[in-house]
Amino acid sequence: MAEAMKIRAQMQGEIADIKVLILHPMETGQRKDAQGEAIPIHFIKQVTATLNGKVVLDAQWSQGIAKNPFLGFKIKGAKAGDKVSVSWSDNKGEANSIETTIAAAN
Amino acid sequence: MDILRRTFMQSAGAIAAVLGAGLIKPASLWAAAWNKPAFEARALADALKGIGATDATPSIDILIKAPDLAENGARVQIEVTSRIPGTRTMAIIAEKNPFPLIASFEFSNGAEAFISTYIKMGESANVRAVVNAEGKIYTAAKEVRVTIGGCGA
Repeated sequence: MAEAMKIRAQMQGEIADIKVLILHPMETGQRKDAQGEAIPIHFIKQVTATLNGKVVLDAQWSQGIAKNPFLGFKIKGAKAGDKVSVSWSDNKGEANSIETTIAAAN
Repeated sequence: MDILRRTFMQSAGAIAAVLGAGLIKPASLWAAAWNKPAFEARALADALKGIGATDATPSIDILIKAPDLAENGARVQIEVTSRIPGTRTMAIIAEKNPFPLIASFEFSNGAEAFISTYIKMGESANVRAVVNAEGKIYTAAKEVRVTIGGCGA
């Protein structure tokens, strides 16, 4: 689980650009395995992002988000060195989080 | 003090300290509970009703960037930007998916009204965005044609 997320955060002018990748099957519950058995539904339901501990984005998802979800968002008023954290939880009660420091613009 | 009681009190104190430090986030602290009626709606009208969007005003200030033609419905890239001042929430809907409501996002503390992600699409359909800005509901849609549906993905 520990390596199951990636995050990149970089300033673009006044705005911090955040990109997050999560390794997760996002099973719809409509697929069958090789034996014809239904694969149980398994998807991320909630994702929260914080800037220096304050919530900036609160997301609710369905199984309609693609497998190994990507999430891109932007924060105005952030600056290089600020801490961005993203956490998720799924319908089976599994959860993970990752934190990074916003990099200066190139 | 009774040893069991003391142990219990110490544990309780430790848990309180951890909660206070914000290291553990109880489910109740999520800003909004998962919108079960809206996400489990199979009919588009019910999904829209579930997010309070039955009477949304069409807006050209919601920009949906999505491919005209998606070969693989299992992974369709979309970007939604709202230029409507005071945008607080944004929902993304694939109108003909078995469960049309894909996601909803709430922005706060400087987050821009922008989301980039990949969604699944069962068949060709409108991708619809619904925005709540200062209590008013706005919407926009873009048609995406899908070659291979992504529902079984």
